[in-house]
Amino acid sequence: MNQSTLLTWMIFAPLIGIPFVLAMPKDKTQWVRWLATAITAIPLLLGLYLVMNFDPNNTSMQFEHHFVWIPSFAIEYYVGVDGLSILMVLLTVLIAFIASIASWGITKYVRGYFALFLLLETGMLGTFCALDFFLFYVFWEVMLLPMYFLIGIWGGPRKEYAAIKFFLYTLFGSLLMLLAIIAMYYNSNPATLVDGTPVNHTFNIVKLITENDFAAKAPLLGFEFSKLLFIALFIGFAIKIPMVPFHTWLPDAHVEAPTPISVILAGVLLKMGGYGILRINYGIFPEAAKWAAPGVALFGAISIVYAAFVCLAQKDLKKMIAYSSVSHMGFVLLGIAAFTDQGMTGAVFQMWTHGLISPMLFLIAGVIYDRAHHREIDGFGGLANQMPEYTGLTGLAFMASLGLPALAGFISEFLVFTGAFPVYRVLTIISGLAIIITAAYYLYALQRMFLGKLNEKYAGLSDLTWRERVTLYPLAVLIVVVGIYPMPLLNLINKTLMSIVQVFKG
Amino acid sequence: MPSGKLALLYPYFVLAAGVLAVLLGRMLRPSGSSRSSGTVITALVILAVAVLIAWLSPAEGDIYSIFYFDGFTRFMFIFSALATALAIFMASHSLEVAQNRFSEYTAILMTLCIGLSLMAASKNLLFTYLAIEMVSMSSYILTGFKRLDLASHEAALKYVIYGSVASAVMVFGMSLLFGLTGTISYSGIAQALGSAGIMVQAGQIGLFAMFIALMMVFTGFTFKIAAVPFHMWCPDVYQGAPTPFTGFLSVAPKAAGFALIMRFMAELFPAAAPSLTNSILMVLGLMSAVTMTLGNFSAIQQTNVKRLLAYSSIAQAGYVLMGVVVLSLAGSEAVLLYLLIYLFMNMGAFAVLQMIIDASGSEELSAFRGLGYRAPMTAFALAVFLFSLAGLPPLAGFIGKFYLFAAALKTGSNWYAALAVVAILNSVVALFYYVKIIREMYLSDEQAKMPRAISRPSLYVVVVMVVPVFILGLYWEPLQKLVEAAAAVLRLP
Repeated sequence: MNQSTLLTWMIFAPLIGIPFVLAMPKDKTQWVRWLATAITAIPLLLGLYLVMNFDPNNTSMQFEHHFVWIPSFAIEYYVGVDGLSILMVLLTVLIAFIASIASWGITKYVRGYFALFLLLETGMLGTFCALDFFLFYVFWEVMLLPMYFLIGIWGGPRKEYAAIKFFLYTLFGSLLMLLAIIAMYYNSNPATLVDGTPVNHTFNIVKLITENDFAAKAPLLGFEFSKLLFIALFIGFAIKIPMVPFHTWLPDAHVEAPTPISVILAGVLLKMGGYGILRINYGIFPEAAKWAAPGVALFGAISIVYAAFVCLAQKDLKKMIAYSSVSHMGFVLLGIAAFTDQGMTGAVFQMWTHGLISPMLFLIAGVIYDRAHHREIDGFGGLANQMPEYTGLTGLAFMASLGLPALAGFISEFLVFTGAFPVYRVLTIISGLAIIITAAYYLYALQRMFLGKLNEKYAGLSDLTWRERVTLYPLAVLIVVVGIYPMPLLNLINKTLMSIVQVFKG
Repeated sequence: MPSGKLALLYPYFVLAAGVLAVLLGRMLRPSGSSRSSGTVITALVILAVAVLIAWLSPAEGDIYSIFYFDGFTRFMFIFSALATALAIFMASHSLEVAQNRFSEYTAILMTLCIGLSLMAASKNLLFTYLAIEMVSMSSYILTGFKRLDLASHEAALKYVIYGSVASAVMVFGMSLLFGLTGTISYSGIAQALGSAGIMVQAGQIGLFAMFIALMMVFTGFTFKIAAVPFHMWCPDVYQGAPTPFTGFLSVAPKAAGFALIMRFMAELFPAAAPSLTNSILMVLGLMSAVTMTLGNFSAIQQTNVKRLLAYSSIAQAGYVLMGVVVLSLAGSEAVLLYLLIYLFMNMGAFAVLQMIIDASGSEELSAFRGLGYRAPMTAFALAVFLFSLAGLPPLAGFIGKFYLFAAALKTGSNWYAALAVVAILNSVVALFYYVKIIREMYLSDEQAKMPRAISRPSLYVVVVMVVPVFILGLYWEPLQKLVEAAAAVLRLP
């Protein structure tokens, strides 16, 4: 088999960088920042190289690195990417790089901050690449610790509450997942490890998808086996997405987290939920997925509509953006529940575009917070004259988020709607109407912050700094380019997604 | 005694000689001299020699079907010696163990170690009782070792009273067992319980009497592992005892108790009538669920870290009991694996706690405020131990929990699956209070004006325990092989 250590290097490059960051002299914060950013550039470059060399017509795993880790429990180290994960990997390396530049504003315990930041990046990349379920779980959990500290130490006034809430919510979800993983393991068919050793059961995700049918297994706790496991895993992922009613950790975490961590959280972490559902739930339990689809669509629509209304009522800019994430991630659920080509493509693409737009929104919220030290939407007014460049970028991000054509958000939402409409007419129409609410809250916020009379308190605000430009412009450009010409990215994922949809059509 | 069998006892002889050597060394030393590193070195060398003999000697077998030296005993012997060595090393620089009485402490601890490894080796009720009492007596003394501290005295007295009652109930149960079956050997009782045995012939009544007798025996056994409802002594005793010994107490006697229970159950239950086995497993399973739940929820409210860790160790015993109740090979392996990992992470947590207590004189949560910035290494080590106790990957505690959950789910039984779900929910609760300490160390902005809590030797102990917690979380295949060999002796399906 073709082995490649490229992915492994990409995943562990940030981890290897940690000792170097910690070894920096304490008073040279600027060095630490340069070094950390340079380290995050390594996965970015490797990720781009990966995309260049990725064969989009091949639906099986590529760039595999596979060896036995713990033979007595059939645990392997197995990483690889297909069309679904390559897009997420690309998003992760990109957002992590931008977030590392945005992190230059951090002044407290800089070395510790970047060490945790890099650990987080390794966890994220590992989760998207892992193809052994045990390994997947380890990476999944490895993200929790740095996230807890990053929110808890560098966060806002209610950081302790937000950090522990995030921690407990996600831990609950992931422990449910752990039970499901073990139950799945013991019900899987015999397999062989990569070195040829025969084993009774397997954690290999590819084998679990292709060589196992869990629909016929004996019931567990009085429930049908595959449905019970589907639900346990789904809850674990839905907490991460987050889907209403499991979303309450998100506004707290976002509001308290420092800007770059919000960027990571919205840009990458939320996508893990969607990725997990597609890779694990849909891959391993297709029958249960079919059975649960109406429920998934319903919760998706509820998330879209409910969160949009909640946004309307927000006074804090960052909280509004946080809730808008819940709303936009609802599209992912609606899209994947439809089992149509467009719906599936739209859902995955929505993860990508949201992964560009929401980091930009959080960066924007960070810019104003750094200057005014508050984020009350009503507290501003007339900033357009004061900060024209900032206003322009904010307008662009808001428009992209509400789905204006020719910007990235439009493509994915349009695809979701066309894909979901034939299957769930009513839900799609209701979700479509929520777009109006979305437009309303963005425009209303825009009006209150940037138009009208200038609040005299803020007459001295300066426009964007160079560091802020470096973080905002790449995202803005990508949003426009992807909105006008999305084909290269769609080509990357199409074949893989078609093969997933095929399972449900057949 | 059959000739040649004596070789089985060599490791014990070495330990016993060590006890004498330590005491003799104390007598020969001028009375004015403070604790000597000589005592530590003597003790550690003796323990190392004993472990080497136990490990390398090929001799396996039994003495009069009472004492069994096999893979299982060997594992527990090494385990106990390791815990003892760590406890001696921790105490060697603790302010809580009086300087001039350090040799006494060491000698008693080594005696205790002999008792612990005998508990795992016994297949005879009388011998079991003697081993347990040997452990208990030594524990009572060491709990009250802080002569000038009232809390320590109170703890010792509580321990004695609770312990004696539990022992009495257990002995009563043992006498009932003897009365019912006419034998005190495990295999004899198993035979009586078997399909052709007298107990089954006696019918329902016989089984009921047997159930009562066994439950009374289990009262004594579960007292040792501090399972609810026999856990009352635990927080007070842990809080009162000198911290190095508390760390030992929360690990080694518990582990020996589990080993004893596993040996007992593996010998008796596979042959016994299913109705009897199932009802006892049911009771123990409920105990496991209640133990972890109560332990965790009680820990949440604690502000005294020593007490918090005491409740946490009650909860941990609940998880381990789950692996015992499964009564399978996978379960026994999981228990042994977990215990060894637990040894490092729990004693590690107590080692750090001891450093804090010595430096600040306080056991309260507030003593940990800002520790992450005052003493980064120490705080980091404690964070590793606590996250490992909470079962987060990639630390060893996660592997232990993973094995326990896997053992419960492997059975495919709904009852065990439900138990695993209870354990999962408990893990979330547990994280909450472990994080309470982490929060004090890292998240609070104000920093307590406390001395930097570092003394070199204690840092070494901590490092000795942090390293395995990391390594075993990433690669535990050798450990798996080790526990496989030990658990195979129990011959469970």
